[in-house]
Amino acid sequence: MSNREISCSTALREALEEEMERDDTIFIIGEDLVAHGGIFGQFEGLPERFPGRVIDSPISETCIVGSGVGAALTGMRPIVDMHFADFVTTGMDEIANQMAKIRYMFGGQAKVPMVLWAPDGGGLSAAAQHSQSLESWFVHIPGLKVVAPSEPSDVKGLIKAAIRDDDPVIFFQHKRLFAQTGHVPEDEYIIPIGSAAVKRPGKDITILTYSRMTYLCLEAAEQLAKEEIDVEIVDLRTLKPLDFALIAESVKKTYNVLIVHEACLTGGFGGEIAARIGEELFDYLDAPVMRIGAKDVPIPFSPVMEDFVLPKVSDVVEGVKKVLNR
Amino acid sequence: MKTSKKEKLSLFKKMLTVRAFEQKAGELFQQNLIPGFIHLSIGQEASSIGTCSVLRTDDYVASTHRGHGHMIGKGADPRMMFAELFGKTTGYCKGKGGSMHIADFSVGILGANGVVGGGFPIMIGAGLSIKLRKTDQVGVVFFGDGAANRGTFHEACNMAAILKLPIIFLCENNLYASTTPSEYTLAGGSVAGRAGGYGIPGHAVDGNDILEVRNVVEKAVARARKGKGPSIVENMTYRYRGHFEGDPQKYRSTDEIDTHRKTSDPIERFKKHLQKEGILTTELEDKIKKDVTKLIGEAVQFGQDAPLPRPEDALEDLFVNP
Ligand SMILES: Cc1ncc(C[n+]2csc(CCOP(=O)(O)OP(=O)(O)O)c2C)c(N)n1
Ligand SMILES: [Mg+2]
Repeated sequence: MSNREISCSTALREALEEEMERDDTIFIIGEDLVAHGGIFGQFEGLPERFPGRVIDSPISETCIVGSGVGAALTGMRPIVDMHFADFVTTGMDEIANQMAKIRYMFGGQAKVPMVLWAPDGGGLSAAAQHSQSLESWFVHIPGLKVVAPSEPSDVKGLIKAAIRDDDPVIFFQHKRLFAQTGHVPEDEYIIPIGSAAVKRPGKDITILTYSRMTYLCLEAAEQLAKEEIDVEIVDLRTLKPLDFALIAESVKKTYNVLIVHEACLTGGFGGEIAARIGEELFDYLDAPVMRIGAKDVPIPFSPVMEDFVLPKVSDVVEGVKKVLNR
Repeated sequence: MKTSKKEKLSLFKKMLTVRAFEQKAGELFQQNLIPGFIHLSIGQEASSIGTCSVLRTDDYVASTHRGHGHMIGKGADPRMMFAELFGKTTGYCKGKGGSMHIADFSVGILGANGVVGGGFPIMIGAGLSIKLRKTDQVGVVFFGDGAANRGTFHEACNMAAILKLPIIFLCENNLYASTTPSEYTLAGGSVAGRAGGYGIPGHAVDGNDILEVRNVVEKAVARARKGKGPSIVENMTYRYRGHFEGDPQKYRSTDEIDTHRKTSDPIERFKKHLQKEGILTTELEDKIKKDVTKLIGEAVQFGQDAPLPRPEDALEDLFVNP
């Protein structure tokens, strides 16, 4: 086994290359894909490698998403590039009313095997319309699976699972993690959708998190270790379906829970998890479940304000101490 | 329309101001003094300044991500613009918006927009409001060749036409939307040509000729003010800088850029016109350039000296009644 380290970006590209090689019903559609391999260079090389299967679209998101739905219904496996996750708003009917509902509404006659790839998150001074974390909108719509990986190996294993899945998957990738490197096995593997992972074992408290916040929490855990607080970090990886079995296993060990996400707090996915833990694991809790999320404002441009709005390592450290009453 | 000598000199100065503003912004961005993304309109000054020059202060403008020229054209203060680009409290949006979301509502700018094609529906509302309030204002919605392919463009053109709204759809066709040439994305090859489908006037304009831009936009504005409804104006132009600062521009050659710059630079062309008419002497040009350099220098200084927001300021301005 090699120790090769690659970035999240490379992991994505590698997975797509392998999958497109394997299955010629897969194609990618979105804006600015061919000349630059996507605005983040995330598909670099693929347009040349698979001519005609990486398709440039005009700035017509309604039809970009819709074309994925229609093609999926008729035998293809489209990957739709949303450019920035923020622009889901411009294809929202196709996502919420079409992509999510067609199979159910028509009594299971059809399937919609597509992936909507959406780079999200803040921290780039990109301001209110290019920095959002919108995952909770989609977990609220029955019929969609929602994935938000952190490390490169998860990106690779999960995008493969998403492509092979017969149902629509919203695949968020944090913009600030594209360059994040990590070990990725050379051999073929798949990470099933709906499986969380313990990224750091610990016994005092469970932090439930996903996407970029996983790294932030790992940093906080290192600091807390110096104060003899042993944090377990569960990276949810998939938000829907949720791996509640692993969450329960961890909670039954630590009796304490902090949930951390970058999306703003009110109406965020943390509330859903906290409610479920309250309903199903109340007897295993030593303290109320707490949540950390961004402050309830749009993401401001100026770095001083953006830093203030987004969760920080120190917020996580404080949050843990609050739950543990330390 | 007639343009007096004095007006011509003022137009020339404004074009130079936009260019100097953006050249400076580009430099400061490269020095990491401006965070985020910036999109420059260098090469498109005849379109922004020419169009705004026939508008009144109380007319509305919906701008784009490439909106510095629209701001300056409509009368915004470069000092507060730089302060915003730096993310300072004295910026137009108190540092909340940045270049991509800059606005000066006091001069009728309803906002730049980070969402391509986001301005169309908003301008429909402004047009409707003008009609309901029975004023003789007009609204200009700026957009790119790329934005013409958003569904919002079609909905807005149709709705503006049936409601006879006082709106000008002002396309700045710079031949590219990010990396993608409009030659590939624009069915029919012309934004102005789409007007026929809505039964409204459509004008394709040499968008690097400021006097022609003024002529055509002025006609569309006059028509709108009289309650005769919307028009599409397509200013054919070209941007010299990348889509955003830092764009590696693999999609076009430096030759292509140089050719446009050499043959059709809007400022050079207007300068030749002014010289030919004997309006612009070398001394006058030097003086104007000096004034512009001073203005922009002071604006940058103002922005740099301005205080940063307090982190908690992030919580302000969300609601009128929190
Ligand atoms: C709805 C939406 N889709 C995509 C983008 C990303 N984007 C920003 S600018 C741009 C190109 C716009 O091209 P055009 O309308 O021609 O304006 P130009 O940049 O040339 O001034 C794109 C695709 C966006 N901001 N909003
Ligand atoms: Mg363009």
